[in-house]
Amino acid sequence: MANIPAARMRNFKPERLEDIATRIVECDLLIVGGGNAGCFVAVEAAKIAPALKVVIMEKAEIMRSGACSAGMDAINTYIPEGKTPEDLVRWSRAQVGGGPLREDLALSNAAELNDAVNDLERWGLPILRDGQGAVRYRGEWDISIHGEQLKPIMAEKAIESGADVYNRIAGTALLMHEGRCAGATGLGVRDGEFYVFRAKATVVSTGGAGTLYKSYTADSTDSGAQIWMCPYCVGSGYAMGFRQGGELTSLEQRWVATRTKDFCGPVDTISVGYRAPIVNAKGERVMSRYEHLGGEAAPRFIRANAPMEEWLAGRGPCYCDTTKMTPEAIAAMMRDYLNERPSFVLFLASRGQDVAKEPVEIYGSDPYILGGHTGGGYWVDMQRMTTISGLFAAGETAGGNPNKFVGGCCAEGKLAARGAVDYIKGRRLLPVNPDDVKREKKRVYAPLLTRNDEGIRPVEMKERLQRLMDEYAGGVSQFYRTNEELLDYALLHITMLQSQFIHLRAQDTHELMQAMETMDRVDVAEAVVRHLKARRETRWAGWQTRTDYPEKNDRDFNCFIESRRDPARGKIDVFTRPYRQIVPDDRRPG
Amino acid sequence: MPPKVDARRCNGCPGRAESHCEESCPGDLMAVHPETGRAYCRAPNECWDCMSCVKKCPRAALETRVPYQLGYYKATLKPVMGKKSVTWTCRDIHGKEFTYICVNRTK
Repeated sequence: MANIPAARMRNFKPERLEDIATRIVECDLLIVGGGNAGCFVAVEAAKIAPALKVVIMEKAEIMRSGACSAGMDAINTYIPEGKTPEDLVRWSRAQVGGGPLREDLALSNAAELNDAVNDLERWGLPILRDGQGAVRYRGEWDISIHGEQLKPIMAEKAIESGADVYNRIAGTALLMHEGRCAGATGLGVRDGEFYVFRAKATVVSTGGAGTLYKSYTADSTDSGAQIWMCPYCVGSGYAMGFRQGGELTSLEQRWVATRTKDFCGPVDTISVGYRAPIVNAKGERVMSRYEHLGGEAAPRFIRANAPMEEWLAGRGPCYCDTTKMTPEAIAAMMRDYLNERPSFVLFLASRGQDVAKEPVEIYGSDPYILGGHTGGGYWVDMQRMTTISGLFAAGETAGGNPNKFVGGCCAEGKLAARGAVDYIKGRRLLPVNPDDVKREKKRVYAPLLTRNDEGIRPVEMKERLQRLMDEYAGGVSQFYRTNEELLDYALLHITMLQSQFIHLRAQDTHELMQAMETMDRVDVAEAVVRHLKARRETRWAGWQTRTDYPEKNDRDFNCFIESRRDPARGKIDVFTRPYRQIVPDDRRPG
Repeated sequence: MPPKVDARRCNGCPGRAESHCEESCPGDLMAVHPETGRAYCRAPNECWDCMSCVKKCPRAALETRVPYQLGYYKATLKPVMGKKSVTWTCRDIHGKEFTYICVNRTK
């Protein structure tokens, strides 16, 4: 067992590809991404198959990596006494407007959910309980935690499980053998070395894809990453499998949420946790316009889009009205923020704002692809294996099963571990073609080794993509709206960006990592645009709004949109899969 | 929202494989400058302000600051990490100070 520390930044200026060391690591199970789901994969694998050699390839340092690095103030799903996994799936289905969603996956996740959350509590995560010792619910399914240490707690257990954690190694590609996954390659962000991880099974748990779209605060000097989702989860896990022909699902169901304005902080903390209503400039309760859809309890995408519709109609700004809260409730809310997003408390202080007197302003976030929140991610089977044999997905990377959040990502980590461990039985390491490794190594280091022209900085291409996606593929500046022509424009320019990958240049290994990330973003963005084009209806306004097809069309689109990229030619096929309702009853209550 | 480094307090964590801030940043943004021996943020525009580095710094040499484009001058928020709790002290632009103690572990 080892948490392998990374080196300090060093001056790494190789002249030739041959000067760069290649390190080969062999293991039974490779986990790409040691975040929320990845840590649970490691712990579960050690529990059911202690003899397996497990390796985690981690882009940051496992104690504070990924979406949970800032902390967390709630576990959004925990099944209360008297309710069943079927009830949770009914709720999840209603949150996505009746679906489609993978009810098979959702049910298996729900059955595992409470045990996974109980693990966290057993490991030392404070879960708030009432005087009688009962878990304190803040809404119908979500419970309050003091999760400042959530990530270190999960990481400690992953390390204790015996996994070898290779920190500061950014995944770049899958190793393939005759259509099966044979492991993955990585870039050593500090040592500059090239890593080849050979594995019998690989779980990709790299989180979702933030930073595809421009945030409206990105024009400010030092706030280009002032977004809600972790800006270092850029979709690399999707890109790695997509480039090898792995099937992605539901990318058009983007996650957009109402967040605090000018600082992308959580709003459910206030609106759900403390019942502070959302009001517009005139003081009218915004959700009263949506009574027929559930009012304050309307599905998430409706609540996310509602304040933006007020702005569009000239009734902005909108607020979460904290002025009726008691002093005790406000103090508790500030603690919640300090547990999850401490810098929001700093932001309020920098506005000199007393929330008891002044309500908290809210606005829409930039869109994200997040399989732990909405549906976008890999199409997986019940074992959480993707359509690539030997490649599994868990957490934000696994698609079709929205509303997993922290607890569901823990649960899915366990399920993917079981699937992968089962798959490994009787298998050997697959051979790795040295030509494939050499080709990938050449691709990875090209931005560092090529010095014949000035080229493009990775950040420049990232910002070009972000503005393109924002303005043409339904970003926040466009109130999430798009149409066929805008999407075609986006595709045209994404093709331009792809043709300019060869001009990316990096001055150091950090920038080299960013070059990889930017290419990953562009490739994922292409898939997102293809999905948005294919859903010729408006099913989840805000998450997915087509001004040219403003109505929902159940006849043609009560199904999943899927995409698959030809690994050889790069051409993307878009097709559908049917939705299967398993849990009975009305799909859209309320 | 990058961390500001107090050059008088920062010593670059000599003797460690990495400095604490370099180790904890999820974005690989912190590094120790080879000439000054002090930490710096290599890309202020890419900081998520998760405050992982601020929490980890044993010399309290780091401070997250809200960019002026988003918030006014000058507010501060400082954590002191205990074994099972964190104590936050926040000072707003009017000089009003608040302290919050949050339990963050049960074991």
